[in-house]
Amino acid sequence: MNKRVLKTALISMSACILFFSQNSHAQTKETNPANQPENRPGPPNGGRPGGGGSPEQSESLAQMKGFKLGDKATDFSLKNIDGKLISLAGLKNAKGYIVVFTCNECPFAKLYEDRLIALNNEYAPKGYPVIAINPNSPENAAEGYEAMQKRAKEKGFTFPYLVDEGQKIYPKYGALRTPHVFLLDKQLAVKYIGTIDDNARSATDVKVKYVENAIQSLENGAEISPAFTKAIGCPIKANSK
Amino acid sequence: MSSLLVLATSVFFLNAVSINSVMPEENKFEQAESVSQSSQISSKNKTAASSSFDTIPVYDFKNLEPLLYTKSKKTHIVNFWAVWCTPCVKELPYLEAYAKNNPDTELLLVSLDFPEDMNSKLIPFLKSKEITSKVVVLDDPDANSWIDKVYPNWSGAIPFTIIFNNSNRSFHEKTFESLEDLLQTIDKTINKN
Repeated sequence: MNKRVLKTALISMSACILFFSQNSHAQTKETNPANQPENRPGPPNGGRPGGGGSPEQSESLAQMKGFKLGDKATDFSLKNIDGKLISLAGLKNAKGYIVVFTCNECPFAKLYEDRLIALNNEYAPKGYPVIAINPNSPENAAEGYEAMQKRAKEKGFTFPYLVDEGQKIYPKYGALRTPHVFLLDKQLAVKYIGTIDDNARSATDVKVKYVENAIQSLENGAEISPAFTKAIGCPIKANSK
Repeated sequence: MSSLLVLATSVFFLNAVSINSVMPEENKFEQAESVSQSSQISSKNKTAASSSFDTIPVYDFKNLEPLLYTKSKKTHIVNFWAVWCTPCVKELPYLEAYAKNNPDTELLLVSLDFPEDMNSKLIPFLKSKEITSKVVVLDDPDANSWIDKVYPNWSGAIPFTIIFNNSNRSFHEKTFESLEDLLQTIDKTINKN
């Protein structure tokens, strides 16, 4: 009896192993070319999606040059819609920063405008202000400075909405899409990267508020989980040179 | 010891179930493939293709996932896109042109447009651009739960393209700049040793 039990277990386990190893083998084989240097000619183009002519993807998250969790983010000095320069260091009494790359036109960005306002209204008084940065090239007038001023006024943004002049800041952070959130602590360490919550389309159907949970954990000195999430978003429009 | 037996058989059973549950869907897809193929072939002579977009199937990720794999040697291209995504719209003609020039290719356009925009935006767009490829709408709001299942290195930005057959596969988080760019990429993926 014991022998039979062992035999059955062995067969089923090896079937299991075979099944999974085949899968993982296929995957290594598939992803292998990306690791071959000859398939990635030319210089990396600042982590911009859509650039380069590389046959294998060269702008995946894994190859991005942006900040990773725990990295110290760089401060910036960017023009706000009221003409004033805003830097993180200039935001007094902050215990952390909700830096969000967002824009005027992207449907996902638009769906989150009200939620960003609510987030700022609740958390700025607690020391976690929202700082929105538009990473898109102002070549497209709909994403330009005046359009930003107009949109902020229409929606009644309660947070700064900054121009990423020369598109220098978003590649440093590694923002790939809009909206894309980077939660920083007081020392500018990156604590959370990702999306605002788990349902872009419908605020009422949200089950997990990733950013709010991350702030709560940061406040309580607890581990942030998840500290990294993904979402569908609009690609950031780089300057056409 | 008997608990081990239960565990072992249940593991085995689960395995069998999971394999079985995938198989019929793949078969279904093969059928769907041949159907869409024949409709495409017939539409190549006429311009009646646009009428096939009166409704577009809406999938959640579970239903879409089997379409990302094939047992066939044919070149498959799955492109994640949306009407609101400018670079996606820019590369669509290259994908369409490739599929037209290579009738043995299966091109699937996975639209991330919201289902409520289907009649007002997506279908009019497809008609105006005379898109004849197979289109499905992916409606699965918690993208964080499925993006990694498509490809762990995908950030979620679109356009995103998978080129594959039964033995090779490549992932592209980029915009194809030209038909030539797409051709080369497909060639490198499918014809590599």
